[in-house]
Amino acid sequence: MSEKKTVSKKDFEKDLKRLEDIVALLEKGDSPLDESIKLFEEGIEKAAEMKKNLEEAKRKIELISKKSGLFSTEKFHEEEF
Amino acid sequence: MQAMDTIDKIYTVTELNNRAKLMLEKEFGSIMLDGELSNFKKYSSGHCYFSLKDAGGQISGVMYRFKAERLLFTPKDGMKVRAKGTVTLYPVRGSYQILVDEMHEQGMGELQKKFEELKKRLEKEGLFDKLRKRPLPSLPQKIGVITSPTGAAIRDILTVLKRRFSNVHVLINPVRVQGAEAPGEIAAAIEDMNSHFPDIDVLIVGRGGGSLEDLWAFNEEIVARAIFASKIPVISAVGHEVDWMISDFTADVRAATPSVAAEIVLGRKEELVNSVDAAAKRVRNALNKSLSGISDRLDAALRRPYLREPSLFMSRFTQGFDIAFESFLTAKDRMFEGSSEKIRTLEGRLNILSPLSTLARGYAIAEKAGGAVIKTYEDADSGERINVRLGRGALACEVLETKPALSAGREKI
Repeated sequence: MSEKKTVSKKDFEKDLKRLEDIVALLEKGDSPLDESIKLFEEGIEKAAEMKKNLEEAKRKIELISKKSGLFSTEKFHEEEF
Repeated sequence: MQAMDTIDKIYTVTELNNRAKLMLEKEFGSIMLDGELSNFKKYSSGHCYFSLKDAGGQISGVMYRFKAERLLFTPKDGMKVRAKGTVTLYPVRGSYQILVDEMHEQGMGELQKKFEELKKRLEKEGLFDKLRKRPLPSLPQKIGVITSPTGAAIRDILTVLKRRFSNVHVLINPVRVQGAEAPGEIAAAIEDMNSHFPDIDVLIVGRGGGSLEDLWAFNEEIVARAIFASKIPVISAVGHEVDWMISDFTADVRAATPSVAAEIVLGRKEELVNSVDAAAKRVRNALNKSLSGISDRLDAALRRPYLREPSLFMSRFTQGFDIAFESFLTAKDRMFEGSSEKIRTLEGRLNILSPLSTLARGYAIAEKAGGAVIKTYEDADSGERINVRLGRGALACEVLETKPALSAGREKI
């Protein structure tokens, strides 16, 4: 679980870099039209995917408890405030 | 006995003690008391009993558990302390005492000195090194919070979360944030988060505002070292805008309050959402721009006169033809001009060769009747009629005599 998360974080940074590259390429404006359209499609797709990743995380508030060296988490009741 | 009769009020012991208690409490209320600790004893209940004394006397002291928990030092006999509390009387024993709320090692200067010394030492060791400070994660999805689960800090953090509608996972590691136990618990929690929840993106360590004593745990070396050793980036968020804690210097980022810490973390994520949005917008714009570039070129082409007005297109050919024809004519003229020049030259040369010009100089040509030129005397006979052509006109002559040499005879005219 934690491994997967780390990878996806790395992927996210990679995606962000690629998106920035696409923007730069398109803004330079010297790619032929068909290539520009391909870049455009890739860029829009990437951006949508990244936004989805960003919004995907669920809002969750948990309290850690440690009993005889073992950790567990339970829901934190924030409404009690 | 007589004297006793004159006093009309007779007290019970309890009444007296209670009366004395009220008087003491009314007279002194809350006071500050300097003295030396002796007979210090902490009971299993958590309450502490001791005496405070100086050269001239002593007084019993009590510190109840919930106050003693907040002690920033471990009291020992002989320590010079300053206590804050209320003077009262314990009726069961009939002894008067001070109920201590707060107790510090003598003088606030001590704390300040400790702070400065630690700061200098850790700074020298490189714990505050700016180069060591890590950037906060680009994608903060899981946030660890080390604070009191009932304190102002967690409430403020969760309020910010609610307000921003942020979808994040918050893991709270509950610790005491004040009192002698706090530094150890905070440090252990930082270590535990690193070893058991390494997928946490960022740690917020802190508490709400309070007095310098309340915040003191964040000035302890053990906390600073745990922050320094943390693999997860740490934000120190001690609710005290003015003073910097040792934890503030050591952490990767210092937030003035826990709310600010939450804003920083969530702001980072929102920034990311915005930058993805902005990139997508730029991708669209860039394509639109290159498409409109193409359509401009197309428009410009369509606006060209030839396409708009075909006759103009034709006129170009017409005009071209005219130009070509004109130049053909010129070329032809020049060709003929060249020829006539040649002819004139040839004529000149012909004239030079013409016998007529020789005749013009006085020579004559004799021809037989048939027109054959007489070149020697043998070509003609005596009595033969010949024609002599001159520069101008001719003479019809009769040969009188033929002679082999010029001096020997002359044609008779």
